[in-house]
Amino acid sequence: MNVVPVAYYLVLSAVLFGLGVVAFVFKRNIITILLAIELMLNAVNLAFVAFARAWGQTDGLVFVFFVIVVAAAESAVGLAIVIRIYQNRQTLNIERVNLLKF
Amino acid sequence: MSLPFILFFVFALIAIGGAVLLIVAREPIHSALSLILVMMSLAGLYLMLGAEFIASVQIIVYAGAIMVLFVFVIMLLNAGVEERTDYSKMAKYAGIPLGILLLLELAHWMHHSLIGKTPANGAGSANVMVSTRELSMQLFQKYLFPFEATSILILIAILGALVLAKRDE
Repeated sequence: MNVVPVAYYLVLSAVLFGLGVVAFVFKRNIITILLAIELMLNAVNLAFVAFARAWGQTDGLVFVFFVIVVAAAESAVGLAIVIRIYQNRQTLNIERVNLLKF
Repeated sequence: MSLPFILFFVFALIAIGGAVLLIVAREPIHSALSLILVMMSLAGLYLMLGAEFIASVQIIVYAGAIMVLFVFVIMLLNAGVEERTDYSKMAKYAGIPLGILLLLELAHWMHHSLIGKTPANGAGSANVMVSTRELSMQLFQKYLFPFEATSILILIAILGALVLAKRDE
């Protein structure tokens, strides 16, 4: 039933990753930047699943599973850091968190 | 235009629309909700690719657990409209061209390296779904050590989040 070429999925994955990069660069809110990272991880997951399908192997799906686990850990720690920053600086704007900026 | 193509383009359009919405939305809560939209349509695409377990994990863990965490933090910190600061000219003049360039390059490379020679139900199994049984066999035999390592990773993440978020007196 599935006649969509795998390249279509890969192009969609590339477009989503590119949009994630654009969001990562442009957004000024720390939470939105973390969301952009999640978007990029999702795009990579789509590429993994498409390749797993193309080669008929399940290894890619296992990697997607691991990516999801790591994303969960990363967002938990990241959001804890965000809460910490907000407690210290009362802002979520990364332009105002510039202590280490040269 | 057969049904799979129509489904693919519907899901792809929803995903890209959600991603664009994430960029243009000014409230973080709108960005979070549009990311949930992207994840839902990706789950649909995973189903089309025959990865039923990954599709359900995508909805339960990603759209369910992780995004709820994000939404909780957004509500907890009362994150309002993002303020636009003009501090970084870099982002405007280097970010847009480089982002578009990266997108085009990735799309071009993937398109020309694989299109034409690989249908989506390529080499191995013709049309069957990858069964959850098969996937768990892989996970608990070949990838047993990484699987156990992720449990330690999760434990460390929990401890780290607790230590970081603890209010010090």
